Amino acid sequence: MTNAVEQESIKVIVFQLADKEYAIPVSHVQGIEKLMHITRVPKTAKYVKGVINLRGVVTPIVDLRERFELPVSEHEETTRIIIISLEDMEVGFVVDSANDVIDIPASAIEPQPEVVGSLEEEFISGVAKVEKRLLILLHLEKVLNPLK
Amino acid sequence: MEVNQYLEMFIEESKEHLQACSEHLLELEKSPDDLAIVGEIFRSAHTLKGMSATMGFEDLADLTHKMENVLDAIRNEKIHVTPEILDVVFESVDHLEEMVMDIASGGDGKRDVSSTVAQLKRIELGEEAVVVPEVAPAAVESTLHYDGFEQTVITQSSEQGFHAFEISVKLREDCLLKAARVFMVFEILEKDGDVIKASPSVEKLEDEQFDQQFYVAFVTKESAEDMQKKLMKVSEVEEVIVTPINQKAFSEKEFEAQQEVVATATVEEAAVPAKAEPVAKPEKAAAPAKADKNHHAPVGNKTIRVNIERLDILMNLFEELVIDRGRLQSISSEVNHGELNETVERMSRVMGDLQTIILTMRMVPVETVFNRFPKMIRQLSRDLNKKINLEIIGAETELDRTVIDEIGDPLVHLIRNSVDHGIENPTTRRAKGKPEEGTVVLRAYHSGNYVFIEIEDDGAGINRDKVLAKAIAKGVVTQEQSYSMSDKQINELILASGFSTADVISDVSGRGVGLDVVKTTIESLGGNISIESTQDVGSKFSIQLPLTLSIISVMLVEIEKEIYAIPLSSIIETSIIRSSEIMNAHNQKVIDFRGKVVPLVFLEEIFEVPRKEQQDEEFHSVVIVRKGEKLAGLVVDSFIGQQEIVLKSLGNYLTNIFAISGATILGNGKVALIVDCNALIK
Repeated sequence: MTNAVEQESIKVIVFQLADKEYAIPVSHVQGIEKLMHITRVPKTAKYVKGVINLRGVVTPIVDLRERFELPVSEHEETTRIIIISLEDMEVGFVVDSANDVIDIPASAIEPQPEVVGSLEEEFISGVAKVEKRLLILLHLEKVLNPLK
Repeated sequence: MEVNQYLEMFIEESKEHLQACSEHLLELEKSPDDLAIVGEIFRSAHTLKGMSATMGFEDLADLTHKMENVLDAIRNEKIHVTPEILDVVFESVDHLEEMVMDIASGGDGKRDVSSTVAQLKRIELGEEAVVVPEVAPAAVESTLHYDGFEQTVITQSSEQGFHAFEISVKLREDCLLKAARVFMVFEILEKDGDVIKASPSVEKLEDEQFDQQFYVAFVTKESAEDMQKKLMKVSEVEEVIVTPINQKAFSEKEFEAQQEVVATATVEEAAVPAKAEPVAKPEKAAAPAKADKNHHAPVGNKTIRVNIERLDILMNLFEELVIDRGRLQSISSEVNHGELNETVERMSRVMGDLQTIILTMRMVPVETVFNRFPKMIRQLSRDLNKKINLEIIGAETELDRTVIDEIGDPLVHLIRNSVDHGIENPTTRRAKGKPEEGTVVLRAYHSGNYVFIEIEDDGAGINRDKVLAKAIAKGVVTQEQSYSMSDKQINELILASGFSTADVISDVSGRGVGLDVVKTTIESLGGNISIESTQDVGSKFSIQLPLTLSIISVMLVEIEKEIYAIPLSSIIETSIIRSSEIMNAHNQKVIDFRGKVVPLVFLEEIFEVPRKEQQDEEFHSVVIVRKGEKLAGLVVDSFIGQQEIVLKSLGNYLTNIFAISGATILGNGKVALIVDCNALIK
């Protein structure tokens, strides 16, 4: 833990998707919600699951598994919606589970590896090795912007 | 004193008082003999003066004071209302408005108003033979003098079982907030009776222009002892002496008073019978006028200012509560417990009422914007020597507060434009066979999810050729483009940036900004502006504004398990049709609806609703909707019913979704999408 207390560190929310762990800076996270009723919005991208009522604010929901073209799984008890805000957008990400907040020392962050192997590499801003875990840092702008 | 925290309130209230002044001045111009109106103006001005003095805006207070003097002279029939006098008063109000605006934008409210002040003084003095004597003698004296009016009030109230007291209040020498204590004393007094007179005058008391002691004449049903005890409760009050007024002494005192202030007393006495209503009470009775204001203030004006952000928070919290209500309802129906059911039911009813109140709280009538225009038109018509009649229709139309705040300036611009470029001068109008007086109509109404605001004039209209020539000269369009342009498109060229149709930049509309600014503002509000114009007949500017956050009535419909909302404003009617009534025309299914061929739109296809199993029902539920003259039948599974909903946007991530104009949150907390019927009809 001594390393983590270093000045140059960022606090992130860690979540699970398929067999990997991802991280989003806490500054972009508005909250973590349990799965709730999602209203489908027609004629949108497949990964847009629809909209939810987040305490009176209609918030769009993106299924990250579908966004990364990972195999789709049934929603389970641990499934969470992470509400993120970026610029003037608020969007919820459906993830398999979210249960960790950690500090990553800036020194542990490395640029995105050359080969990660799938479409998701488009959405990665870097990786961080913290103790024995490998965390994938999401590039939020790219996740939210439509693919070229 | 921490002034900043009151600044916003001060600005808002000042604006209101100034607005009231303008409105009443316009009324006064129409009926110059109605002194009740002068009283209204005087009261607004007086309050404004007090407020600005308290806030430390001396210039503002000073100018208001000068204006007040003129009004007072009018009220006391020392001078007669003439258009010239009104011009000066209007000018003062303009200055005051500018000062308040300056304060609002962070300035100190200072402004050179010497010429207006000089004019006000000239009016006040020039037309007045006798200088208005100070009401209460300048020196503070131990006993009060009563004029005829006040004596009548005192005598009458004692006939009705009221006691009349003279109260002497002495503040402690170390009293810091003298005006505040005075206020507290008056508040207590006004609760239990009416203040007839104060010495020194109420204004002076408010301005802390007294030493430690002041006197009040007061009528009440309370006993002297009670009043004394109540007033002693005010902190920093040293001594309160309550003595009954000796009414027998009136005749002598009146004589004395008359000797002192001959002119006023006669005027007052003559005026008393005619001035039965409180509004027109002479200024001498400044204190009762103040009391009256509290007691007889129109009920509609009892408002409180709330920060709009707080309303947003309230709204969101309330919606959360609605969700929980839904849950409670379903739990109570499962548990089936008598008392629980009853409580939940009652709670639901209360929440229903609460919802209506919260939702309507943000809505403001456009009147708040429209009411500044009569004065503007008056000024413009005087400046331009044109005769203009302004008609306002639909001022009660309600619009979201956020839109109201933004729409004022564009409207000012458009109205100036209509008056300056639209309405011709009387000579030209006569030559054209039109009435000399031009008409500008300002109209607001609701239609669908939109509010329309129209500015229509019967002026010269837009000169198509001139506009086109100018547009080509300025490079807004090319010669080739111009051939294929419709009249409407040409009219709307005047909204293009860097375009001004005026040959000479006039003082009125040529302020270096064109109508393009108007267009930009309206579009930034999510609105739209269009122009219709016929040369020599007139023009109509039509602004369409969305109700950003407002309540609309919708019909909720169901398709499979999905609920959609169709705005009631688009719906003509609903009907159930048989499959056999559906006909095919060019691969398009149509029905015969009252002799009209109406195309059918199957919402489940448009919205790609996932179906578990294909239904093949004999009957279809159809909602007949319209866009202008065109009709379409939306086929759904079933109707749920009509409901009032709050419009919500889908946010910035999901934009431009086909045939969906927004979303709403239903009573059960789920989101339902709102169908954009306009997109469904080609």
